[in-house]
Amino acid sequence: MNDTPFIEIDRVSFGYDSRRTILSGVSLKFPRGKVSAILGGSGCGKTTLLRLIGGVHAATSGRVVFDGDVVNTRDKDQLFRLRRRLGMLFQFGALFTDLTVFENVAFPLREHTALPADMVRDIVLMKLNAVGLRGAAQLRISEISGGMARRVALARAIALDPELIMYDEPFAGLDLISMGVAAKLIRTLNDVTGATSLVVSHDVIECMAISDFVVLMATGGRIVSQGTPAELMASTDPETRQFTRGEPDGPVKFHYPAPPIDADFGLSAQALTP
Amino acid sequence: MGKKSIETLVGLFVLLGVAALAFLALKAANLGSLTGSDSYSVQARFDNIGGLKPRAAVRSAGVTVGRVKSIALDPKTFQGVVTLDIERTYNFPKDTAAKILTAGLLGDQYVGLEPGGDDKNLAAGETIAQTQSAVVLENLIGQFLTTTADNAGSASGAASGPTK
Amino acid sequence: MNYAQRLGTSTLDQLRGWGHAALFFWDMLLAVPASLRRFGLVVAQIYAIGNRSLVIILASGLAVGFVLALQMYYALVTYGAAESLGLIVNLSLVRELGPVVTGLLFAGRAGTSLTAEIGLMKAGEQIAAMELMAIDPKARVLAPRLIGGVVSMPILAALFSAIGILGAWVVAVKMIGVDAGNFWSIMQTQVDVWRDIGNGVIKSIVFGVICTVVALYQGYETEATPEGVAYATTRTVVISSLWILGMDFILTALMFSTP
Repeated sequence: MNDTPFIEIDRVSFGYDSRRTILSGVSLKFPRGKVSAILGGSGCGKTTLLRLIGGVHAATSGRVVFDGDVVNTRDKDQLFRLRRRLGMLFQFGALFTDLTVFENVAFPLREHTALPADMVRDIVLMKLNAVGLRGAAQLRISEISGGMARRVALARAIALDPELIMYDEPFAGLDLISMGVAAKLIRTLNDVTGATSLVVSHDVIECMAISDFVVLMATGGRIVSQGTPAELMASTDPETRQFTRGEPDGPVKFHYPAPPIDADFGLSAQALTP
Repeated sequence: MGKKSIETLVGLFVLLGVAALAFLALKAANLGSLTGSDSYSVQARFDNIGGLKPRAAVRSAGVTVGRVKSIALDPKTFQGVVTLDIERTYNFPKDTAAKILTAGLLGDQYVGLEPGGDDKNLAAGETIAQTQSAVVLENLIGQFLTTTADNAGSASGAASGPTK
Repeated sequence: MNYAQRLGTSTLDQLRGWGHAALFFWDMLLAVPASLRRFGLVVAQIYAIGNRSLVIILASGLAVGFVLALQMYYALVTYGAAESLGLIVNLSLVRELGPVVTGLLFAGRAGTSLTAEIGLMKAGEQIAAMELMAIDPKARVLAPRLIGGVVSMPILAALFSAIGILGAWVVAVKMIGVDAGNFWSIMQTQVDVWRDIGNGVIKSIVFGVICTVVALYQGYETEATPEGVAYATTRTVVISSLWILGMDFILTALMFSTP
């Protein structure tokens, strides 16, 4: 059993432009064959991390290592080979709206393989069956609900049996049943295929239930804590506790920085005293 | 919309476009007459070609028999050398005259051919011997003025004649 | 000092924008051979861009032909030159109005729809999804649309001119009573296939490239919000139109300067 981490983030800094730094000196190791969750509030760089792993952007400093190879965004061949081994589930599915459900899942198969049409059909139906949507194959994207769209997107992401599956906010905006379905799928897929899964989410409860390894990040790409779900739930660190318990105020302030309230409302101690 | 029907409609679209271009080229432009019968070239020299342009018509008895191919200046004689492309179906005698005429009062200029009586015909590459240059307006006015002056002079001369 | 600085930065930004657009165009050109191999995609785009524009182009061409014939008749008849009506209408359409008006209509109809489509695809992360699936979106999405636009424009412009001439014929010969024989024969002798029609086709190809590239670029670079897409479609129409009119002047000067 290979013990090297499948994905390694080595002192990576990144910003979309020189003014905003999203990640500064982040170092992480994601274990092979396990489900890892990346938790944190909005804007802390979780999705950016996924993009860096996929080679969409180049880190300003540091290295991103994918199964032993340093990701080089200028090397088109390497990016091509890397992306063939990964599948990504976008937040709202990012399905191709001009194609049907079947054609969406068949898309990577048709583009990357020369498999005959009946084999493609069989594989597509198998993938749809795995997510429970085999009967919806002929529907148009406009005809399916948000939860179904995400399942179709998952079927598409696993069409080529990738070694790394990345999930961007898979639970956002779903009802409890759909959330349960999604969580079950993520865990089962990982166990059955032996892939490595990275789940980016806010949803503490679902993520803790299915993950083997959890990283909690804060704004500025800072790592607050990392470890097994049990370790994080038992943590005494105030930032971690605020996040896992969902407390409105704590190290992450409730109030956006503002001048003292007296100044805004024209109140002062003297005016109030009778 | 099925794939086959889209392909058919696109094929129709492209066909329509080609048909439109063909219509424009043949019915609305001169492609028809350009690709007409073979032609042979002869030359004609003029003192003044006036407003004659390449591709102007060459006509005989009003019928278009060819086109002006090119116009150049002879550096030695300083005459205008006009090359005419005449359709092979028409043959003109060697002593044919070429004149630069105007179609209508203000129309374009063309080359008019008046056939002579020679037995032998003009062959390709030969030069038409008799030519008449285009009418230049300034020369015409100058001519008119001198003629009027002459007439006035001779009238007054005649008036004063018999008294002598 | 402040004004000069601002002027300088905005000029540099403009230049950077043009450079970025030029690189974008170059990338798309490089992707053209790959997308030609997926001919079905190109055909689908010719349908979406060309076939769908037929109605407005044909209707406008006919209307312009009618009006040109009327207006030119009123002008020519005072000089006794009503017989050249066919020639004047033909030259106006084939040299100028065909390519230019079709280009402007094309920018409005097909250009905006391309911009909105690409912009919304980008907003819905479809482009990013394709990239992460190791599929080049320029080859699969953009280049087929570029080819579709460049193929459709000359066809549409030719149809505009052709139907315009037919419309003019209806008004001139059937309604006003200009001599039919002269209408066609004067046209046929004076309009040159290569100089007039050929140059008109060249113009329409140039306009097709301009409109399609601008539309695709604006869609690709738009912000993923409703306002962003609305702004991008406006920019498509404005920039395409300005370029068409500017290039028309340059091309006309180059092509038609010597009589």
